[in-house]
Amino acid sequence: MRARIRLTVNGRRRSVTGPPMRRLIDVLREDLHLTGTKEGCGEGECGACTVLVDGQAVNSCLIPVCQLEGRRIETVESLGRPEALSGLQQAFLAAGGAQCGICTPGMLMSALAYVRGGGTPSAPAIRRQLAGNLCRCTGYQHIVDAVARAVRGRRRRS
Amino acid sequence: MAAVPSVGHNLPRREGPAKLCGSAAYVDDVAVPGALFGVTLRSTIPRGRVRDVRFAPTFPWRECVVATARDIPGANCVALIENDQPLLADAEVRHAMEPILLIAHPRRDRAFEALRHVRVDYEPLPAVLDVRAALEREQLVHGPDNVFKRFEIKRGDVEAGLAGADVVVDGEFQVPHQEQAYIEPNGMVAWWEPDGSLVVLGSMQCPYYVQKALMPVFALPERKVRVIHATTGGAFGGKEEYPNMIAGHAALLALKAARPVKLIYDRHEDMAATTKRHPAWIRHRTGVTRTGRLVAQDIEIAMDGGAYATLSSVVLSRGTLHATGPYECPSVRVRSRVVATNTPPNGAFRGFGAPQTLFAAELQMERVAERLGLDPLVLRRRNAVRVGSVMATGQVLRESVGARAVLDACARRSDYRGRASQCRRWNRSRRARTWRGIGLALVHHGAGFTGSGEAYLKSRAAVSLTRGGAIRVLAASTEMGQGTTTMLAQIVADALGLPPAWVSVATPDTRDVPNSGPTVASRTCLIVGGLLERASRELRAELVRVAGRLPRTLPELRRTAPRVCGRLEERRFEVEFAPPPGVHWDDATYTGEAYAVYGYAAMAAEVEIDRRTYEVRLRRVVTAQDVGKAIHPLLVEGQILGGAAQGFGYALLENVVMKDGVMSNAQFTNYILPTALDVPALDVTIVEQPYSRGPHGAKGVGELPIDVPAPAVAAAVHHATGLWLCELPILPERLLRADLERRRAGA
Amino acid sequence: MRGSAASMAVLRPRSAAECVRLYRRSPDCVPLAGGTDFMVAWNMGGENGRTLLDLSRIREWTRLRATPGALQIGALASHTRIQRHPVARARLPLLVQACATIGGVQIQNRGTLGGNIANASPAGDSFPALAVYEAVVHAASDTGPRAIRFLDVFAGVKRTTLRPGELIAAVEVPFPTPRPSRQMFRKVGTRAAQAISKIVAAGMLWLRRDGTVAELRFALGSMAPTVRRLRAAEAFVRDRRLTPRVVDGACERLAEDVAPIDDVRSTREYRLTVARNLLAAFLGGP
Repeated sequence: MRARIRLTVNGRRRSVTGPPMRRLIDVLREDLHLTGTKEGCGEGECGACTVLVDGQAVNSCLIPVCQLEGRRIETVESLGRPEALSGLQQAFLAAGGAQCGICTPGMLMSALAYVRGGGTPSAPAIRRQLAGNLCRCTGYQHIVDAVARAVRGRRRRS
Repeated sequence: MAAVPSVGHNLPRREGPAKLCGSAAYVDDVAVPGALFGVTLRSTIPRGRVRDVRFAPTFPWRECVVATARDIPGANCVALIENDQPLLADAEVRHAMEPILLIAHPRRDRAFEALRHVRVDYEPLPAVLDVRAALEREQLVHGPDNVFKRFEIKRGDVEAGLAGADVVVDGEFQVPHQEQAYIEPNGMVAWWEPDGSLVVLGSMQCPYYVQKALMPVFALPERKVRVIHATTGGAFGGKEEYPNMIAGHAALLALKAARPVKLIYDRHEDMAATTKRHPAWIRHRTGVTRTGRLVAQDIEIAMDGGAYATLSSVVLSRGTLHATGPYECPSVRVRSRVVATNTPPNGAFRGFGAPQTLFAAELQMERVAERLGLDPLVLRRRNAVRVGSVMATGQVLRESVGARAVLDACARRSDYRGRASQCRRWNRSRRARTWRGIGLALVHHGAGFTGSGEAYLKSRAAVSLTRGGAIRVLAASTEMGQGTTTMLAQIVADALGLPPAWVSVATPDTRDVPNSGPTVASRTCLIVGGLLERASRELRAELVRVAGRLPRTLPELRRTAPRVCGRLEERRFEVEFAPPPGVHWDDATYTGEAYAVYGYAAMAAEVEIDRRTYEVRLRRVVTAQDVGKAIHPLLVEGQILGGAAQGFGYALLENVVMKDGVMSNAQFTNYILPTALDVPALDVTIVEQPYSRGPHGAKGVGELPIDVPAPAVAAAVHHATGLWLCELPILPERLLRADLERRRAGA
Repeated sequence: MRGSAASMAVLRPRSAAECVRLYRRSPDCVPLAGGTDFMVAWNMGGENGRTLLDLSRIREWTRLRATPGALQIGALASHTRIQRHPVARARLPLLVQACATIGGVQIQNRGTLGGNIANASPAGDSFPALAVYEAVVHAASDTGPRAIRFLDVFAGVKRTTLRPGELIAAVEVPFPTPRPSRQMFRKVGTRAAQAISKIVAAGMLWLRRDGTVAELRFALGSMAPTVRRLRAAEAFVRDRRLTPRVVDGACERLAEDVAPIDDVRSTREYRLTVARNLLAAFLGGP
């Protein structure tokens, strides 16, 4: 069984044809060659696969592509390039928010939803937003520092 | 003008931008054209004979490639210390989840579907499922007594010491398996080149371990086995030796299929089948004077090694050598054993035996303090090691002993005494809905391989200069998040007197880099950094000799380089490890300098416990850690924070539930890792008591941070509730049980 | 990842009417809402070859609508949308609190109320709140709608009383009237966030001016195969003043309405003791 699903990925209109039950994470990684989004558990627990769908953070390992007709997907690849990092990415780099980096793409997307949603630099609020993103390396503190730093940076610029 | 020194500064993580953009290539990101996907059929019973393996005729097997033990051209063995572990089980299985055969298919989902169409008929045998059963010897699963290894450390006369002590305190402690839970599961890619050589790329800590393990399996010489480190998403010891197994599997399938094979574990398989921290039972009998001076420590340790030896002897060794805690005591006896059971083999996990025995040692100190009515801080101060102290192995600590410095810094910053009496006042209130407590712990961690290990490794590292003027750091040390690449570049740049931007760090590829040993044992900065410093000085001398001075610009370096290289494309300055003079270790008597130097850490953890639900919340945590010198303070802090989080998980949340010899909660849903809401912010103080033989005085930080949280938390729980929770994790259910039992005993 | 996308067929109705027709024709198909439960099982390889009934295009089942007496929550409303709805926040705080504890942000953005109920886990975090609000589940099928009292929806562990062809279309949650004197929601999980509950509790208490109990509603999840109201305890405190002896009496009766077990997450002893402690704290405190 095959279906054609049209969605927007990182600002580009894409058309995906294939089994409708293909998971969004597999469409991203295998069909669109966007390997930035990672699979850590397949259970919706670790959040490494987090992307934004219509601006909301979701686990891409739990979504069949057939449910995304007409939706707007954003992945880590939309944030910046190594030579031109976004403010959020720069904050992570400066604060030590990435160690092994495997949780980082998902963490950045959750953080992005938070920052865009008007999140404050309050550590408890940041931690609550990131509770669905597991990190085994950092103990979270440098990540929280990074997000707070990004929020403050954004406020200064606006 | 000399370049600005970079050591001691927080340079941006070198591979950070790629990781932040999602462009860092982990093994599953690497596109391998034509690759098949490999899966593993595993034993469903803990012990037995394999009678028959049946392939359902309804499945289109011609689509698949199947590999069994019979397909192994060389030795069916995963070489490590002993060579007792088969790459694939053949006639017998010794643990549940033991690999029996491998299947490859062009499609991942079909490969897994194929697994469902294989049936194994077993003749089950009675299994040994825990240490107690192993020691009872009703079934022998290894040698004459189920013991892989034993050690004994003796100093003075412990019987006499105990007999003469004013007070003797007993304690029994138990710690479970702990799963490393790196967020990137294990994975490998393997393919065979037309010239018959093997190439393996994957998630790993030690490319040369993998190379060494693959050689006998495929009867190949070193130059025909190339192993390449891919960006690795966390490891913590869990990818120290297990990659030897997966690499062998991927390579075997690739050999049979004559196509590349990708083998990536899913989470459930990774958790249930691969190595974990060794569970341990530890007994202490401690003799003290009335004023709190240690006079005798009698310690017994039993660890569960699982079905094969793997690294158990070394884990036991480190655990044994750390078992007393960082204290001086005239009479010590430590007797330890690691036994075989029919469970998946245990292996390396950050700390490597020390978190287990230090949990016991430190909680025992709390018990001693309570018995004496002595402040735990005073008890520790009275006995903590200092320069000149003699360890149980006879080692004299000659320098860089920050035990008291971290203890004092921690006590001061945490206001340990003040907070302790505030907690006591709070707990007396009948209206309070919580208990509050503060607990201390002080630990040590020896840097580098134990005893003669580093001498045995003969690690080599190099710095090279290409004709084009590129400076490359050549070492097998792998980046897995701890900051190796950045830190080594800083050390090399400063030793050269050149900007770090001129220095690149080569990917650990066995074709390219020398064997600088495994990335384990908190040795990368101390040992490999030290080697690279020496190599850099040789290159620097050569640059100066050739050009009269160090190059001040890149163009100048590029002009000088061909003169340094002569006719070579690249000139290497390679050095080999030389044991520092005066460091002697006797393996036979287990005496001497166990480690060249130790790191030290203290932690004060405050907890708040809900009286209705017994949930333990970390309120405030203060830590001070002596790392000799922080080459990159932010990275050091990152290690401390990350190690602490794993330690809190060990203390409060992470429980491996074994059922019939296999992990029954092998998913993230039921193996509870700390989230951002479970780990508090930490107050971190980096103490620097430089080690004269470490690069810039550095002595290692990878593992020290995970040794200290569990006993600090257990001490805090005791302070809050009066209950001794000597078994980890300290679950609310166990606290409740202990509280109920106390009330019944009191009633 | 062991799910085989190629092995699955997917039906994608565009309306409720089309949906219930398709469901009647293919009773073995699996209804799929947000996927936060099903996809986990599917990733483990246990659901290959099934036919899925994708509900995501049925807009009429996504709406939240306030009436004077209740909030009508479409079955496909996500836990995030429920938490943010101003009427839910003002009138149904226990449900809002419950929705905020289901998984983390990512799960809340996708998981639906209807999907959770249909999944019928004993540990459903919103269920005690819905039980004390005495919600009504509106099922749809090609033979017409059926209103089911919330507690009657559950038959056992992961089993509902929905008849063949029935799907949950909406959950009607009446506003408690008058407002309770006291209310609480508490989840005791395996960790601070994104946890499966060991005990989950919701309670509302109405006191008369003379201090006697007009009504107590208290529900517990993860304490039995299905969510339970503490009928015995509720009956016991009615018309009484909440003296320490009465509170103790209520707690003693708690065990009559639940059947906690030992499982991979917790123990029977812990669940019973903590549930009693939570009830006692609720009844005993201000």
